[in-house]
Amino acid sequence: MTTILGIPMQALLGQILIGLINGAFYALLSLGLAIIFGLLNIINFAHGALYMLGAFAAWLLLNYLGVNYWGALILSPFIVGVLAVAMERYMLRRIYKLDHIYGLLLTFGTALLIEGVFRNQFGVSGLAYPIPAQLQGVQNLGFIFLPNYRAWVLVASLFICFATWFLIEKTRLGSYLRAATENPKLVQAFGINVPLMITLTYAFGVALAALAGVMAAPIYQVSPVMGSNIIIVVFAVVVIGGMGSILGAIVSGFGLGLIEGLTKVFYPEASSTVIFVVMAIVLLVKPTGLFGRAE
Amino acid sequence: MNTTKTRPLSRHNGRLSRRIAIFILAAAVLAIAPYVVYPVFLMKALCFALFACAFNLLIGYGGLLSFGHAAFFGSAAYLCGYAARDLGLTPELSVLVGTVGAGLLGYVIGAIAIRRHGIYFAMVTLALAQMVYFFAVQAPLTGGENGMQGIPRGFLFGIIDLNNTMAMYAFVVAVFLIGLAVLHRAVESPFGQTLKAIRDNENRAISLGYDSNRYKHLAFVLSAAIAGLAGATKALVFQLASLTDVHWTMSGEVVLMTLIGGLGTTLGPVVGAIIIVAMQTYLAESGSWVTAIQGATFIVCVLMFREGIVGAVWKLRANERLPEPRE
Repeated sequence: MTTILGIPMQALLGQILIGLINGAFYALLSLGLAIIFGLLNIINFAHGALYMLGAFAAWLLLNYLGVNYWGALILSPFIVGVLAVAMERYMLRRIYKLDHIYGLLLTFGTALLIEGVFRNQFGVSGLAYPIPAQLQGVQNLGFIFLPNYRAWVLVASLFICFATWFLIEKTRLGSYLRAATENPKLVQAFGINVPLMITLTYAFGVALAALAGVMAAPIYQVSPVMGSNIIIVVFAVVVIGGMGSILGAIVSGFGLGLIEGLTKVFYPEASSTVIFVVMAIVLLVKPTGLFGRAE
Repeated sequence: MNTTKTRPLSRHNGRLSRRIAIFILAAAVLAIAPYVVYPVFLMKALCFALFACAFNLLIGYGGLLSFGHAAFFGSAAYLCGYAARDLGLTPELSVLVGTVGAGLLGYVIGAIAIRRHGIYFAMVTLALAQMVYFFAVQAPLTGGENGMQGIPRGFLFGIIDLNNTMAMYAFVVAVFLIGLAVLHRAVESPFGQTLKAIRDNENRAISLGYDSNRYKHLAFVLSAAIAGLAGATKALVFQLASLTDVHWTMSGEVVLMTLIGGLGTTLGPVVGAIIIVAMQTYLAESGSWVTAIQGATFIVCVLMFREGIVGAVWKLRANERLPEPRE
């Protein structure tokens, strides 16, 4: 068997794959965070909780209404997105004029509330969500066994990232959004309904998180604490990438997932902390983040 | 008589006498309290009150929202436990070890975190604290999931047995007052004034020749050390240091305490800490609802009650008298 630096090739590729899968979720979540931050100037601390909610919506849909994975892939982001509209209308809208830290505190409270309610209802142990029948099985690529579902997650998340990038950077709607990020008052003066756009942007970012949650459900266990576990890592990813660009969020998401996976091979003890170490180093070298603009 | 020239002086005297009155009142309350309320509850409340005051130094006077203060609280608890249990040091030295350790950790984390502002600062402190948490999960010293158990309270200065609840209570009160005095001294000093200036307008403070990063860093270290003092004392009270102490929920709790009491007020964190600890104690039966209730409290506070309890009282009193300038 081939080995690289004393590590079996299979194990190395396996961890790289796991790293890329984790990276896909980091990318989807930090993408949503970046879009929301761009227009609302709020760091959505509830992002992890809403990701968890997306996974739970899929689980509940399957177990109580018999809606399968593909249905949940559409319905769950929609349901959580509607919730996000309500959150934006009745809570976030009241604090835009205040210091940004209140947005962080408010969404942190929301995250605690959602997580607390679900923990009370479902406990902390995870619930299993079956892999859809169409995506069961494994491909033998010769050098690695690739589970179909994981391949799907990689392809789907890359596609979603690309589609979001295209929507924001290349379409008319995206240009309104970018303009409103720069100067909301002026854009409103041109007759564009900025408050509506803010609501929909928040809902879109949250729906991305919920979509990630549905895709994560068959891989990780559906558990009330899955959101808070991932959100802190995603924060570090966001700090590393900087909030400046959509592409930055995607690249740093996948990149850091990969680094995490490689650390699991070469120095497993550090695998849970490596992203934070990278963050510290980036902050010391380039405080605005790799793709960030000056504050 | 009340001209602009004499007013600051007279106000200062008024504040001084009021401060002495408050101090006497507080001393009396602290002395009577253990005969009325369960002492362990009081000791816990005092530790968290000091923790919240340390946190408040950063947010209230430095404008820095740290979401990672559990790292200092928890690591000091572990260090203190290690010193008392495994090294056999006396309690006052163990607490000192914890405090200094937290201060050093604060020096490192602060040096990295102050490179960003605002919400980025919050995210960076949260992430670095999570790193400390993972370290505590893996390090053999901390006992992992079981926590560091059986930390001896020991003999204060080698003489006074702290297993006596009243002696322990007196020790906690002393630590609390010392911690508060240090924080108070820092805030009232030219250092504290410069910190406020940086909070209000950092660029202007820099243009006046102040090295703002150095001030913020120093404030961070001080805040971390006092948070450590609180954590170390807590470890002695409960004879336990656990992962809960370093978890991010603990960082969130201290934010909530300060927010309920009133960000940037002197007494607010103390009031907020007492309320949250009481809430936890009396809601203990309802288990996991505590998290949800805390979340709801956060939402209510941010949406409708941003000035906090002490802030609101202050505002009421200010409306009765001449309006005084205050942030």
